[in-house]
Amino acid sequence: MSETPEEPTGPRRVIGTPSPAPKAVDTPTESEQPAFSAEPENVRHAKNAERLVAALFVLAFLAGCGFIAAYIGLEIGTATIPPGANPVVAVLRSNLGLGISLSVALLALGTGSIIWVRHLTPNIEIAEERHELRSEPEERKAFQREFAEGAAISQVTRRPLVRRTLLLATAPLALAPLVLLRDLGPLPQTDLRHTVWRKGLRAVTLGGLRPLQPADISTPGSMITVIPEGYQDDDDALAKAGVILIKFGPDELHIPTNYDGGTLVSTMNWTVDNIVAYSKICTHVGCPVALYEQTTHHILCPCHQSTFDAANGANVIFGPAARALPQLPLMLDSAGYIAAASDFTQPVGPSFWERG
Amino acid sequence: MSDDAVKIPPAVSGVGGWLDDRFHGARGVRVLMRKVFPDHWSFMLGEIALWSFVILLLTGTYLALFFQPSSAPVIYHGSYTKLDGLTMSQAYASTLNISFDVRGGLLMRQIHHWAAIMFMVAIMAHMLRVFFTGAYRKPREINWLIGVVLFTLGMIEGLFGYSLPDDQLSGAGLRITEGVAQGIPIVGTYISYFLFGGEFPGTAIIPRFYILHVFLIPGIILALVTAHLFIMFHQKHTQMPMKGNTEKNVVGQPFWPYFLLKGQAWFFFIFGALAALGTFAQINPIWLYGPYTPLAISSASQPDFYMGILEGSLRMMPAWEINFLGHTLSLSVLIPALLPLGIIFTGAALWPFFEQWATGDKSFHHINDRPRNAPVRTGIGVAAVSFYAVLLLEGANDVIANAFQIPLYTVTWISRVAIFVVPIGGYLVTKRICLALQRKDANMLIHGVETGWIRQLPNGEFIEEERPVTEEERAVLEARHDFQPLPSEEDVDENGVPAPAARGPLGIARKFANRAFTETVAVPEGHGDGHGPAHEAVEGNGHGEIEGGEHAAIGSHEEQ
Repeated sequence: MSETPEEPTGPRRVIGTPSPAPKAVDTPTESEQPAFSAEPENVRHAKNAERLVAALFVLAFLAGCGFIAAYIGLEIGTATIPPGANPVVAVLRSNLGLGISLSVALLALGTGSIIWVRHLTPNIEIAEERHELRSEPEERKAFQREFAEGAAISQVTRRPLVRRTLLLATAPLALAPLVLLRDLGPLPQTDLRHTVWRKGLRAVTLGGLRPLQPADISTPGSMITVIPEGYQDDDDALAKAGVILIKFGPDELHIPTNYDGGTLVSTMNWTVDNIVAYSKICTHVGCPVALYEQTTHHILCPCHQSTFDAANGANVIFGPAARALPQLPLMLDSAGYIAAASDFTQPVGPSFWERG
Repeated sequence: MSDDAVKIPPAVSGVGGWLDDRFHGARGVRVLMRKVFPDHWSFMLGEIALWSFVILLLTGTYLALFFQPSSAPVIYHGSYTKLDGLTMSQAYASTLNISFDVRGGLLMRQIHHWAAIMFMVAIMAHMLRVFFTGAYRKPREINWLIGVVLFTLGMIEGLFGYSLPDDQLSGAGLRITEGVAQGIPIVGTYISYFLFGGEFPGTAIIPRFYILHVFLIPGIILALVTAHLFIMFHQKHTQMPMKGNTEKNVVGQPFWPYFLLKGQAWFFFIFGALAALGTFAQINPIWLYGPYTPLAISSASQPDFYMGILEGSLRMMPAWEINFLGHTLSLSVLIPALLPLGIIFTGAALWPFFEQWATGDKSFHHINDRPRNAPVRTGIGVAAVSFYAVLLLEGANDVIANAFQIPLYTVTWISRVAIFVVPIGGYLVTKRICLALQRKDANMLIHGVETGWIRQLPNGEFIEEERPVTEEERAVLEARHDFQPLPSEEDVDENGVPAPAARGPLGIARKFANRAFTETVAVPEGHGDGHGPAHEAVEGNGHGEIEGGEHAAIGSHEEQ
């Protein structure tokens, strides 16, 4: 047994830590207080411990002073550090200076305190009596009687009309906080079914806001994220309207299908020059599907790894997403730029109850 | 101490007297000072959570002095020059300022984040300790329930907290929150719209999460922590099975001065460890993630570890979705979002009552169980831990796939099987191990402790020396609380009708559970002094076996 210290009886195997010094156990009562002494058993040991604790507390004091010094001495921010100095390095220095001094101060205090309690204070254990939690039967009876009496005096038990009307009165007030929450937001309406895409709205690159011609995405296998032109600062619009354009080689693209309303239709005519547009919002819980593997045409959502086959209408081939990525009908506008031919024909993003 | 052994300083008699004149506090404070705190390393786990919470309040208050919970766009011109000129939310800009323009701000941010993780780790470790030692049993069920609520609140509080800086990673988390909210049947869309003040992302969510994060939830946590401590104080600590520890006493060191010094030391240690982590271990470097934009994401987007179980269950789930009557029921969102946490939280909350029901044990328990002496409980605990672990690991399946060069889908398929197999296997194996350890304990009581000394007898036979167990060891080995079997089907009244409790499907289920709970290896009787008749009998042939059949042992031992 290694859980308990063993007494040396018979041949003994040495296991684990040495047994601690015997503990003085006493059971104090109200009348008879124990007379234990604050004097240590081993004066020399106690003296050494005292010096060590004091040294640690001095160390904590010095480290605490160091913390203040580091705060004053180690400037950060471009306004205060010398011109040309790297502000990130300044933060790193300040963080190290403040952090090391704070850690040393706290750990020295902790170590000092624990040496104090383990080596300076005599090891005394006491046993406290555990009283029964349940009250005496008479006490319980008395409580029950008094409670029932009080209820009777208040008439609440005798006059159900008063009791019930009181409950009635509180019911709407209890609902009031819920009612007040109504204006937290607008009702959903049909927002989730639409995006800002409309016929003729150009697709521009996410980074440079550049409109694209089919010739700009000429390499088969390339993927690019586009957004509706003019909506670059509208996060609410972008959160639904982000689109990926994927360019396919001549024979790589199988005839894609997509739901138009409730019916599955062939969408080959939604593509432009073998460029297909899919919603970038995952149909699982809405992460941007950002990873594209050229060789397999797989689109992977990095959040929960739903995988969509871009060459086959972005159908789900693995993961928790239940539906293909909606496809955006494309066209070329009069200037030859890639634009939407209409809005998405089904809601983008995660499923919701009213989606149908 | 006796009056003459110690001189009472005037500060105590003077100030104390002044206060006592007004509050009549001498008696109450004396009780507090002599309050006994049993000493066991595992009792410090809950204290880690407590001190982490204190540090969270301290650092969080400091951060709130500088943080601006607003989605309003600003153009950044602060000290992190790489993002100079970028449009971002005030929340993100002020978090950059805390990190790069407030001295000690980065340290406080990192300590705050580490403390949150420490808080959750400590809560889990503490809950596991309480569970495996049976410390939740009567009369402590309410405190166990408070603990379960604190665990839940800690998760929510953490989610709200790391959503505030409005960096790319926290925005991805919010997006998932929105998607999950929309997956709730009937009211999901409304919940999402009311939470975000309209469509995602909107501008309402950060100030809303902020007030919940800094006021409402910490307030509730503080109140529940206070209640938790008061109930513990009132009911007194449990204690480990040891010599001198009984159901009627609490053995340990008094609050004054021991626990005060130890508690102080522990606070400094935890604060010091968190400060060291905040110094050397970078956490949530939001400046590297960049401000949130709805269309950017990085791979290996993992939340903090305590949300990993939700992430893992979302990743593990197959694509199930039901369409009916013009409605969509997104099971691939709903099941992973609700089921695993529901199983763990509801299971944890109901367990004490289930155990009472299945065992019929309504007695008070102040001495903790050794995990081996409650095989069903320990097995269920291991099953729960492994259930949680599989989900947590699946939450990092991309990292695992990358680190071990296993295909990603294979990792997910392994987890889909493991989520069923590992907990069941864990239960069965653990229960067997517990019973084997019980057998070992019983052996030790009969034969004594193996010393490792080999002796050759004159006839050439080798034997191993054994020494009798010590009083301390015996106290631990014999501290057992075995459950009594409920009335079985043989217990019929004179008309052949089984006892009411054993009837019906519920009665049968109870009987089934009861049979599992009462499977145990008996503590050998009559070895109190090491010279009992049974002892002699077993020693007689030198190779006596413990009666191996667990069923044979049912009810053969009665704890006084």
